Amino acid sequence: MSVANSDVNYINSPKGLWSWLVTIDHKRIGIMYLFTTLAFFALGGIFALLLRIEHLTPGRTIMDANQYNIAFTLHGAIMVFMFIVPNVPAAFGNFFLPIMIGAKDVAFPKINLLSYYVFWLGAILAVCAIIFGGVDTGWTFYTPYSIRTNTAVIFMASGAFIMGMSSILTGLNFIVTVHKLRAPGMTFFHLPLFIWGIYATAIIQVLATPVIGMTVALLIMERVFGIGFFDPALGGDPILFQHFFWFYSHPAVYIMIVPGMAIISEIIPAFSKKTIFGYKPIAYSSLAIAFASFIVWGHHMFTSGQSYLASLLFSVATIIIGVPTAIKIVNWVATMYKGKVSWETPMLYAMAFIFMFSIGGLTGLFHISLAVSVHLHDTYFVVAHFHYVMMGGTVMAMLGGLHYWWPKMFGVMYNECLGKIGAALMFIGFNMTFGSQFIMGNLGMPRRYYDYAERFQPLHQVSTVGSWFIAASFLLTMSYLIYSLFKGKKAPANPWDAKSLEWTIASPPPTENFLTDPVVTEPYPYGTPNKARSHA
Amino acid sequence: MLEFLQRLKFPLPQASTFAPKVDLLYDFIFYSSVFLFIPTIVAMIYFGWKYRTKPNDNREVPYIDGHHTFEWFISAFVGVIFFIIFVWGLIGFNELHNPPAGTYEIGVVGKQWMWEFNYSNGKTTRNELYLPKGIPVKLVMSSPDVLHSFYVVNFRVKQDVVPGMYTTLWFQADQLGEHDIFCAEYCGTAHSNMLAKAIVLEPEQFKAWLQGSDPNQLTQLEIGKKIFNTRNCVACHSVTGVQTQAGPTVKGLFNRKVNLSDGTQVVANEDYIRTSIINPATHVVKGFRPIMPAFQGLLSENDISAVIAYIKSLKE
Repeated sequence: MSVANSDVNYINSPKGLWSWLVTIDHKRIGIMYLFTTLAFFALGGIFALLLRIEHLTPGRTIMDANQYNIAFTLHGAIMVFMFIVPNVPAAFGNFFLPIMIGAKDVAFPKINLLSYYVFWLGAILAVCAIIFGGVDTGWTFYTPYSIRTNTAVIFMASGAFIMGMSSILTGLNFIVTVHKLRAPGMTFFHLPLFIWGIYATAIIQVLATPVIGMTVALLIMERVFGIGFFDPALGGDPILFQHFFWFYSHPAVYIMIVPGMAIISEIIPAFSKKTIFGYKPIAYSSLAIAFASFIVWGHHMFTSGQSYLASLLFSVATIIIGVPTAIKIVNWVATMYKGKVSWETPMLYAMAFIFMFSIGGLTGLFHISLAVSVHLHDTYFVVAHFHYVMMGGTVMAMLGGLHYWWPKMFGVMYNECLGKIGAALMFIGFNMTFGSQFIMGNLGMPRRYYDYAERFQPLHQVSTVGSWFIAASFLLTMSYLIYSLFKGKKAPANPWDAKSLEWTIASPPPTENFLTDPVVTEPYPYGTPNKARSHA
Repeated sequence: MLEFLQRLKFPLPQASTFAPKVDLLYDFIFYSSVFLFIPTIVAMIYFGWKYRTKPNDNREVPYIDGHHTFEWFISAFVGVIFFIIFVWGLIGFNELHNPPAGTYEIGVVGKQWMWEFNYSNGKTTRNELYLPKGIPVKLVMSSPDVLHSFYVVNFRVKQDVVPGMYTTLWFQADQLGEHDIFCAEYCGTAHSNMLAKAIVLEPEQFKAWLQGSDPNQLTQLEIGKKIFNTRNCVACHSVTGVQTQAGPTVKGLFNRKVNLSDGTQVVANEDYIRTSIINPATHVVKGFRPIMPAFQGLLSENDISAVIAYIKSLKE
């Protein structure tokens, strides 16, 4: 299946900075998204490290209360709106979705480029918010505090609004691409599971994102014109804001994690050399999660003052969403059974994902159970829970995907030994940083606290030292990856001996992706290929 | 190992009737999670190790693309566990939302950045919530400014305090002594200093406290110090000379020259301090924002005098 790497590929043809800035090649746009979002990830990460250093001691360590409030707000807002929402869909989705369905590009290449610049417009507004003194509302913008604080809320809210538009454009593009541009033989149930995940995500992006747009628009109108939507002093209702906000932001949680799951569904078969176990359950569970994600938002509001009946319904709806998640995990583990498992860096990250995401998912059970949830709400337990999902889940998957597809994207191999060291550092550091936060949350340490009681100090210190391991892992990873761009060994077309379509073309791919139109028979033809599929 | 885990989980006092029930459910969820987690991870590591590939691995990999019964079994199995967790949690939540008849009501005002407790006989305390042991108490809570959340860890209860509406919370404290009250909903600069104590007394003691005018006669300076702490002046104005961004320190303040934001300079005498307490916007110290709430009508003249006496005593 392997194809000789030609000297002409999407990276070097055409040449020049301008050719990149006006490119409509999905691969180039994906690469630009990749580096942009990783840069914002680094920025958000710096705020995270500062927060952790501040917590080395109770009281002041390096910053005062207002600076701390700004730092945690910027950490959250940057990570959510500028890194984790756009990262996997817009970077890896853009690059690999057309290739994996055997297409030459996405359905609307120019809209694709537009989405990138719209994203930048929003990002510039958000950066303005940082320059003009920062924002101190938390990334959730809860009213009426966000109406009354005199920080740069309008810049950050407008930034979120505009980046949301970019997200909608990307989602729309992907839905149409999957429906219209599949290669011959690529039926829906021959789609790689990565595509199923990105497709489910795109549906959420298109349906949920307009709501955050409306919500922040109302917030801005209230701040600028004093129209009372949310501030009771103006006749508004602060809890209404929370409903609007979470109506987007809970589905958005799945915009963040489903693409991560999608990457894992690619890595596990490729490094087990075995077809995926439970193709249809995994594909359907992505759709089930996408639809169920719209009816669970109120589980963020059990102590908000919403009605008893509302809390009951949101709690029972949330247990429904737990089942497809469990199904995915079990199927990934079952895929490894009797395979030929190789422990390379992408697989290490995939296994770290299963470990940490399982903890993230299971600690969700504490939050759906109303009586316990009341106790743990707004403590470090919640902070630990969503970091186990978002970072232990999505970021591990992103790192796995980055290593898995690095040879394809850039045509070079990274240093495998350093990769393993980086993954190990990450695993240790992550569990130190956030494992300790579960215990703190149990003990009643509230979140968003600048100062804390002395009894929490040892746990805070463990958490802070853990964050340094994470930082070391990232620095190492970024160093050897960048080094490989200049001095790395040339990558063959298919270094992992994997079977999906992207590995049948050269590394890096030629501009048109496929020299001849591909024909697809099944998504993961490992083992005994072409044997009739017994199940699924 | 189990004992160690147990210790990690809940070394917390169980100081209300809810607390043991919440902890029991917590334990159930915890062990259910361990029960689901361990086999998953053991299987992953075992498969990963047992079926690891070696150089010249010529094994034929079987083609196993799923198993219907297995999927349904897993779905039903976790579904049942999740459902038990939901129902059990609902039972506890139901209790939390239905106070028994005849609760003792206390008014709570959460505001930036202090707690105020109003008893039915007109008595008001700040940042100290006195409670009778063994008697169900219902808090009726409101906020004049932004969201807050009333959280007593040792009672395992929490309820947001929302401007523009009343929220309620009931519990029955059954352990004497002091318990931390936190604000759990982010509310601005001094959010983490919006702390209070729940002080549980025997019912007779509570009665005596409620009716007593002032059980321990304090000196003016002690009263001033107490007000300074319970009103959370100290959250922004340190008494140790440390400058925060929220407000200037009061150490060595008395009779010092102060630069104001309008460019003028005044001497911090009694009048200056008094005006700064009841109407802080009059004199804003250079380099600070006018964020201090006005205490006009909130402190008696005696209280103000006591605070001034206390500030005078804090010499450089």
